[in-house]
Amino acid sequence: MAPIVKVEDLTKRYESGFTALEGVDLEIEEGEIIALLGPNGAGKTTLISTICGITMPTSGSVSVGGYDTVRDFRKARQMIGLVPQEISLEPFEKVVATVNFSRGLFGMSPNRGFVDDLLRKLSLIDKRDTKVKELSGGMRRRVLIAKALAHEPRVLFLDEPTAGVDVELRKDMWDIVAELKAQGVTIILTTHYIEEAEAIADRIAVIDKGRILLVENKADLMTRLGAKELRIELAEPVDAIPDSLAREGLELAPDGRALIYIYDTRSERTGITRLLADLQAAGLQLADLQTKQSSLEEIFVGLVHQADAAPAKEPAA
Amino acid sequence: MNHNAIVAIYQYEMARFFRTLLQSFISPVVSTSLYFVVFGAAIGSRIEEVEGVSYGAFIVPGLIMLSVMQQATSNASFGIYFPKFIGTIYEHLSAPIDFLEITIGYVGAAATKALFIGVVILITAGFFVDLQIQNWPAMIAFLILTCISFSLLGFIIGIWAKNFEQLQLIPLLVITPLVFLGGSFYSISMLPPAWQTVAYFNPVVYLVSGFRWSFFGMSDVPVLISLGAIAGFTALGLAVVAWIFRTGWRLRQ
Ligand SMILES: Nc1ncnc2c1ncn2[C@@H]1O[C@H](COP(=O)(O)OP(=O)(O)OP(=O)(O)O)[C@@H](O)[C@H]1O
Ligand SMILES: [Mg+2]
Repeated sequence: MAPIVKVEDLTKRYESGFTALEGVDLEIEEGEIIALLGPNGAGKTTLISTICGITMPTSGSVSVGGYDTVRDFRKARQMIGLVPQEISLEPFEKVVATVNFSRGLFGMSPNRGFVDDLLRKLSLIDKRDTKVKELSGGMRRRVLIAKALAHEPRVLFLDEPTAGVDVELRKDMWDIVAELKAQGVTIILTTHYIEEAEAIADRIAVIDKGRILLVENKADLMTRLGAKELRIELAEPVDAIPDSLAREGLELAPDGRALIYIYDTRSERTGITRLLADLQAAGLQLADLQTKQSSLEEIFVGLVHQADAAPAKEPAA
Repeated sequence: MNHNAIVAIYQYEMARFFRTLLQSFISPVVSTSLYFVVFGAAIGSRIEEVEGVSYGAFIVPGLIMLSVMQQATSNASFGIYFPKFIGTIYEHLSAPIDFLEITIGYVGAAATKALFIGVVILITAGFFVDLQIQNWPAMIAFLILTCISFSLLGFIIGIWAKNFEQLQLIPLLVITPLVFLGGSFYSISMLPPAWQTVAYFNPVVYLVSGFRWSFFGMSDVPVLISLGAIAGFTALGLAVVAWIFRTGWRLRQ
């Protein structure tokens, strides 16, 4: 199936001369949730803005639903809804008026039933005729989502939808995203909360300094890059690791009550069987065993550091 | 063409106008009345007639033009500057619309407001002086074209402006002087010859003159030239707006 969003060799240089995106390639499949992760200033908002038509690409191309976002901008943009990072709403306008405005702007005729339904789903129906300036921050963010969904888009961009939002509302937001996915809407979200990507995304893209470092299925990414940790609780504390056990990846916990073994799930031999056999041979009594997978956060921090350590490629002058 | 988008922008802008309807209504009524008191009574008692028309009646077309031009410019410039200022412009930029839809929506709304105010002034003036309008179609055409062309100008100013000072700058520094010097309250023929020549470089002269012709059948410049001037002015504004949206100047980075 052709990707619903296709970004090819996209470069964005701002008027200031700063290159915010460089040779970005990205394909997004219909119906998936993809999370864009990256540190501040990585280029996440720039990428979204360029796909949505707010900034112009310097070179490269973007298509949405097969329509080029520059040549066929009307058809391409018709499919897109955008929730921007900054909350920008006209303060004196009523909630329903600003949602109706968005719907009209995207070429749809008024539909009171649809808009009221949307407000109901976003728990805004009580605020239907309230002025935006009288809403709380979380409510305003939901108004932005209502505006983005007002024209029934197929692709939704959420630029940090849960920044500064309390735990409960964040869970609400995840439910909204899950429901949209169930309706077949493709969702691209950026976030600084890795547990958020871990909780809702199908795929993860990591971007740093305007380049995509990796795009991968979330589960694959976690197993591929994920080192696992085996914690062996000992019945009796020891002072040092016996020589017969010494091997790469094995350490003694500071209190001497546990051995910690880090192994790679990718390798053919994890060395666990061997380790356990050696433990028995050494006469150590085990109290408990635990394994733990590294979180996306650890993977992410590792990746960005790795990219920083790699020598920067200077373009030929 | 995205008709729903035009309607959405137009209605949204008009809603802002209707929220402050009383203000929109009162200020032109009060200022027109003041002009009549000051110019009509004080000056009019010295200048009895201008080319056969009582001075009070003579200044009505100029008064209307003055307010319409100011209102059209400030409404349109504010209309597009405000979303830029508060950041809601992202929605216009990401919507499936082109410059034509945005321009028709914003300029249409600003022109409608200016037209409303022009009509209010005309009616208010009717209470002070005996007005006769010789050529209704020409009067309406001049009024509407002026509303549109100055709304276009305001729209361009609103896109250009980077802050509120700049937003006020052109109306204050350029439009108001041009209108006052444009024969709103006097006939160009009353000026010394050297100043008459200078006056003909002022585009507003052509608009006021044509508008006044539709009332009294007399003008400083031939009415067809006036019509050509305003049509040319409108076309120029449209061309600039088209260029702005093609290049994304001051809107898209
Ligand atoms: N209008 C602009 N002109 C010049 N540089 C810009 C402009 N907008 C963004 N940048 C720069 O481009 C880079 C990427 O910015 P962008 O907003 O895309 O980052 P981001 O990944 O969204 O960051 P954050 O997580 O903080 O939102 C930054 O270095 C930023 O300073
Ligand atoms: Mg951002």
